[in-house]
Parts: sequence; C-alpha cells; structure tokens
Amino acid sequence: MRDTAIQVVNFSHFYGQQQSLKNLNLVIYRREILGIIGPARSGKSTFLTCLNRLNDLVPGSRVSGNILIDGQDIYQPEVEVAALRRQLGMVFATPVPLPMSIYDNVVFGPKLQGQTNRGELDRLVEDCLEKAGLWAEVKDRLKISALKLSGGQQQRLCLARVLALKPEYILLDEPTSGLDPISTMKIEDTLRLLKKDYTIILVTNNTKQAARVADRTAFFLMGELVEVNETGIIFTRPSDKRTENYIEGRFG
Amino acid sequence: MKKHFRLKPRAEQKVIQILLYMMTSVAILVLIFILAVILKNGLPQLSLEFLTTNPAHMGREGGIFSTIVTTIYLTFIALLVATPLGVGTAIYLTEYTSERVVTRIIRFGAECLAGIPSIIFGLFGFILFVNKLKFGWSILSGGLTLAFMVLPTIIRTSEEAIKSVPAAYRLASYSLGSTRWQTVTKVVLPSAAPGIATGVVLSIGRSIGETAAVIFTAGSALHLPSSIFSSGRTMSVHFYILAREGISMPKAYGTAAVLVIAILMINIITYYLMGKYISRTSPE
Repeated sequence: MRDTAIQVVNFSHFYGQQQSLKNLNLVIYRREILGIIGPARSGKSTFLTCLNRLNDLVPGSRVSGNILIDGQDIYQPEVEVAALRRQLGMVFATPVPLPMSIYDNVVFGPKLQGQTNRGELDRLVEDCLEKAGLWAEVKDRLKISALKLSGGQQQRLCLARVLALKPEYILLDEPTSGLDPISTMKIEDTLRLLKKDYTIILVTNNTKQAARVADRTAFFLMGELVEVNETGIIFTRPSDKRTENYIEGRFG
Repeated sequence: MKKHFRLKPRAEQKVIQILLYMMTSVAILVLIFILAVILKNGLPQLSLEFLTTNPAHMGREGGIFSTIVTTIYLTFIALLVATPLGVGTAIYLTEYTSERVVTRIIRFGAECLAGIPSIIFGLFGFILFVNKLKFGWSILSGGLTLAFMVLPTIIRTSEEAIKSVPAAYRLASYSLGSTRWQTVTKVVLPSAAPGIATGVVLSIGRSIGETAAVIFTAGSALHLPSSIFSSGRTMSVHFYILAREGISMPKAYGTAAVLVIAILMINIITYYLMGKYISRTSPE
C-alpha cells in the first residue's frame, strides 16, 4: 500500500460566482512526481495555489470540500498559513527572483524564521544551490544581484530558494514554460533527483514533459479532473476519450 | 487656392517640433535666469564667516549661522514626523485595504491637503500648536506645521512607489512563508525605497524653502535655538525679512544663494545615491 500524502475530497474552488475547480477527488502519494496536464484555464494552476493557500490572497476566492495534507485539513481556522506555505514550496511559471543577491534569495525563507547563524546559512546556501544544480555556476558570485542571472538560472535559484524552506512538497507551476530546451532539461534532471526526498506536483503545459518525468499524471479539463493514472497508462491507453484527444493534440 | 497654403506634412512636423522646443526652452531659461540673478548678487557675499557667524544688528551685519541651524532643525522635525506617517498611510492604502470608498476618501483628503495654500497651514499651526497646545512660537510648532504640509507629497509618492513594486514579488514572498508585515518590510519597502526617497527629498526642498507656514509658527527670533521650544528664524524667513524691511539686500541675496545651493546639492546627492541604489537592485 502506498503512503498517502495529500488527500483531496470533494473539493471545489470559486472566483466570485465562477467555479474554477469542480468537485475534485484525488490522492497524492508520498515521494512521487504527480504531473498535471490540461489546456489553459483548466484549473491546474488554481489547484496548486489551493494546496498552499496562496489563493487566499485573491479577492473573491472561495472553497468547499477538504484538502488533507498529512491528515490535517488545511482549510481549518487553526492552520497557520505561513507555516503551511513553507511545507509546500512553490516555483512559478516565470522566475521571480527577489531584487536582492543570490545568497539573500536563498536564505530569505530561513531568515524569516529567525535563522541567523552565518555558518549554518552558508552551508544551507551551498546545499540548496547544489541540489538545484546551480552551485557550480554561481559559487564565486553569490553576492551579485539575482536579477543578473539568465532565465534558466533564475528558475533554478527559485527552486533552491524553495528547498531552503525544507519543505515536504514542491509545487511547480509550468516551471519551464519560458525556458530554452537545455535549461528545461537541467530542471527536469533536478526534479528526478529530488523525488527521493520530496513529493512533487508538476503542472505543465507540455504533455511530453509529464511523460518524461511524472510517475503519475492527472488530466484536468474545465476545472474537472478527467482521470489520473500511472503516466505510462495515461499516455498509451487512457480510459477517457477526452484525455486521448488532448494528448494527441486534437485540442487545447 | 486655399489648398496652396497648406504646409507639407514634413514641414508641419518641423514647425511643431520647433514650437515645442521653444516652449521647453522657456522653462529652462526661467530657471537659468533665476539662478543667474541670485548667484550673481549672492555669491560675492558668501564666505566661511557668513556661514558660521550669527546675524548682528537685525541681520545688517554678520552671517546667517543661526538661521541655517533653525532651518535644519525644522526640516528634520518635519521629516521625522511626516515620513513615518506618510509611508505608513501609503502602506495601509496599498497593502492593507482593498480599493473601496474609504480608501478613496482618504486619498481624496490627502489630495485636498496638498492643494491648501501654505499660509493657511501657517494659520492652522498657529492656532493649534502655538496657541492651543501652548508650544509657543517654536521649532516644534514650525516643524509639526511643515510636517502636515509635506505629508500629502510623501503619501502620494510613497503610494506610487509601493504600487509600482511587481505583484510577483509579493506572491513570491508569501509563497516563501512570510506574513503580510514581513512581505512589506523585507520585499515591498526595499523595492519602493528609491521612489519613497524622491518624495522625502521633494519634501526637504519644500520645507527648506517654506516661508509663510513657518513665520507664523516658528517665529523670527535671530538667536541660536537652544531647544525645540525656542523660537527661531529660518533662512527663507530671514531672506523675507531682510528684503521686505529693506535691512540689507546684499545679505538677503547671500541668504538666497545659500538656500538655492543647498536645495540643488540635496537634489544632486539624492539622485546620485538613488542611481547607485537602483543599479544594485536591478539588472544591468
């Protein structure tokens, strides 16, 4: 029996009157990469921001149903949202380095937590940049502005910054949509390595990317979860006609 | 026949360009003219002695040391009060409330405050600080009055600066587990700092140059102020009295030259520092 990490039960999300997620039921296992594919406006990104409650910041955002993470219903009032977000680190579609040095970007989260020991922070920076596959490229210029890095480097920095939070989960929202193929490959290699320590949820517009890295793949359409299964099965013999159409590029 | 007199599009462009160029030149020429008159008459008066000795015989003799000190005190108090108030208001309006009727009323109020003539601020300061609160004609009364006068500028420029911080920075900050206040202090304010600084510098300039609001509230005593409750005379008030009462035009021009040079220097230094700051936090 595989270890359940996240359980989504009858979950719906609304922006004002508009329903963006419709009655989702989904289980995410520990230490897997779950790929989420689907056309634009299918609710993939919304689903990610429901998991770390970043959606709370959008006016008119409303949910029903439950999301249980490690058994805890994250929409209960006693949940501390900042702590939740540290548990579910997120990488956005466009790299968003904060306007500070590479070093300060990585230690941003830990410093908020009150971590100040210089030696520990130094080790953490090296460790996280190493894991994100960026250390060799930047180790001699950690003090330069993160905005001076290339797009691909910035995205790996964002990943390192997430790792510094010591999260259990990593949420990736089309992390390679703006990157060249080589940068994309580096990120995908990194994700395969990270899988042994983290549970990864990868939203992607690129179905081939899901085929390459995801253990299981979910197909979203118009706010509905059409089906979820082992990636191999989804891509060879999906049970729903709509999945097949999407994968074969007949729409979306 | 009529058609014959129309300019060709290219010639028309040229005429418009020259016209606009002349309009722009007028603005610059006025500035150069003012600077030239003041510096021509004022610079010969300047010396180390002029800057470091107190006025004597009502300002007919001596320098302007006490008025420089008073000006600095007043400006310092004004900024000390107005900057936190203004930046705080701007943070509240942009980060802590969504756009609705109340925020619009606050913003409209601030705009109106900006349009009030400074002499009215002087009168208000006189009634509230000098009389009601019994601070008397003092550095404190003058500084607080100036603070309210420059408050709208600081609110407005800070608000614009904070709004121009990309929303993605906030989202990234929240996603890394920061609270609203942490996001404001660690991400939003540092990014908005150059814009906020612009507002503060504008306010310093206005405070230094202000006469009407100060003469009613800080008074015009010529001695060196000994505490925030002493009365004092700022450079601009000193200039006004010297010129108005015909005490000494050379000394008046000397004072004006110091005023103008001080404001120019503050602007130049700030733009230099801001340039350095921006280059440190942005690509290229």
